[in-house]
Amino acid sequence: MKIGIVGYGVYIPKLRIKIEDIARVWGHDASSYKDGLGVEEKSVPSLDEDTVTIAVEAARNAMKRAVEVKPGEVGAVFVGSESHPYAVKPTASTVAEALGLTPNLTAADMEFACKAATTGLQACLGLVKAGYIKYGIAIGADTAQGAPGDALEYTAAAGGAAYVIGSGEGVIAEIEYTHSYTQDVPDFWRRDGSPYPRHAGRFTGEPAYFEHVISCTKALLEKTGTTPNDYDYVVFHQPNAKFPLRAAKILGFEERKLWPGLVVSRLGNTYSGSSLIGLASVLDIASPGERILVTSYGSGAGSDSFSIVVTDAIESKRELAPPVMYYLDRREYVDYSLYARYRRLFKEG
Amino acid sequence: MSNSGVPKHWRSMKERYRLLGTYCENCRTSFFPPRKICPKCRRKGKTRQIEFSGRGKVFSYTVINVGSKTFESYTPYIIGLIELEEGPRVMSQIVDCKPEDVYIGMEVEACLRKLFEQGESGIISYGFKFRPVDNSWKEYYKKLLAEKKMKIVQRIS
Repeated sequence: MKIGIVGYGVYIPKLRIKIEDIARVWGHDASSYKDGLGVEEKSVPSLDEDTVTIAVEAARNAMKRAVEVKPGEVGAVFVGSESHPYAVKPTASTVAEALGLTPNLTAADMEFACKAATTGLQACLGLVKAGYIKYGIAIGADTAQGAPGDALEYTAAAGGAAYVIGSGEGVIAEIEYTHSYTQDVPDFWRRDGSPYPRHAGRFTGEPAYFEHVISCTKALLEKTGTTPNDYDYVVFHQPNAKFPLRAAKILGFEERKLWPGLVVSRLGNTYSGSSLIGLASVLDIASPGERILVTSYGSGAGSDSFSIVVTDAIESKRELAPPVMYYLDRREYVDYSLYARYRRLFKEG
Repeated sequence: MSNSGVPKHWRSMKERYRLLGTYCENCRTSFFPPRKICPKCRRKGKTRQIEFSGRGKVFSYTVINVGSKTFESYTPYIIGLIELEEGPRVMSQIVDCKPEDVYIGMEVEACLRKLFEQGESGIISYGFKFRPVDNSWKEYYKKLLAEKKMKIVQRIS
């Protein structure tokens, strides 16, 4: 029995800010940030958009593709984010209510920096495989925060992706195998009550991102007996464009396999949404029989890897909801002062 | 610290999240907000809950330049009277649209947004707002799959 994705959907807010506009305010050299990060612009949420609204929009798009799923058949909703609007009161219950899935289901918020949503995906896989639920929805959504003037501000973006997990003929992409890799690494954190996260600069590279993404991917390849040549696409967590490009090179994936899922240049880092929006961008063009490798990364630190095979069912479901590229093109630019207002950087008088 | 808004928020939550109304099977009329009895048929009415499609047209609108305290951060913003395809008219903010771009008859669809927050530590109310319908995404797949054939798929501009 095939178990995997029966529907997927994304949402990206309309507003964008260019790297130049952020650099101008802080007196930074825009071209060194653009070249260093491989990012041109990032998405910005409107005043009335947050992780809840982004999660709901993404999940509604996922449900448009999951045509066979009836509301009463969804047994779990997990929302991964590091920008849940409440410290106490779940995002997931509001999302479940807005989708009309309540009350006979379980719902919870996942928290593990940028990999919280892939952990939710694994939880759904487990529950479906064990036969406890028929369908589960895993969502990654964030309105990422970066302190004004900090390097993170150049990439901290807003967006989300949702995946309906189930089994049977409606599966558009079978999840063959998943592997995780976790260690305690102090590369990036936000203490309770602090408005912005902090990070350990260069420390976020070698012992953090690369150690986990590469080790986790290697372990998945080993356990499944596959090599990079067996995959048509590869998607990594994308805090910038440089990290995933380098990870692909180290692991021996051809660069062209990374391009279709590398959305960070025009989107920024959507944290929990990052690797899952990348996967959606691949599903937007993937053909039946093609194989995709996805590895997320969450600071603190861990990675989840997935081996995914696209099925014939993708052809009939793909065009039922907007592709990632539509959302990347749907944009309206704001300058830094409007951005500061939308991100509520000004104190009210 | 007052929590006086919580019961009202809770009572109207579902209809705001999902645009739920009432349909009378006797006179085949839909109502929003939901009604306990049909205002047209009275005791002869046979009502049930209906979830609206969320699609509609701008019946009328106004642009708010000076908002009340709760909404002043949103100014200038559009308040529209939306005629749903099922019939009822609902008042709502129109988002993802500049004041100069809205017009009577514009096709809109419901989306979920934050409505207001009860201060910094109070409850956050979510609910429907409307945005312009944009079906341009349907044209994308042809382009995307053609690009794939030509092997030029690249997301870096």
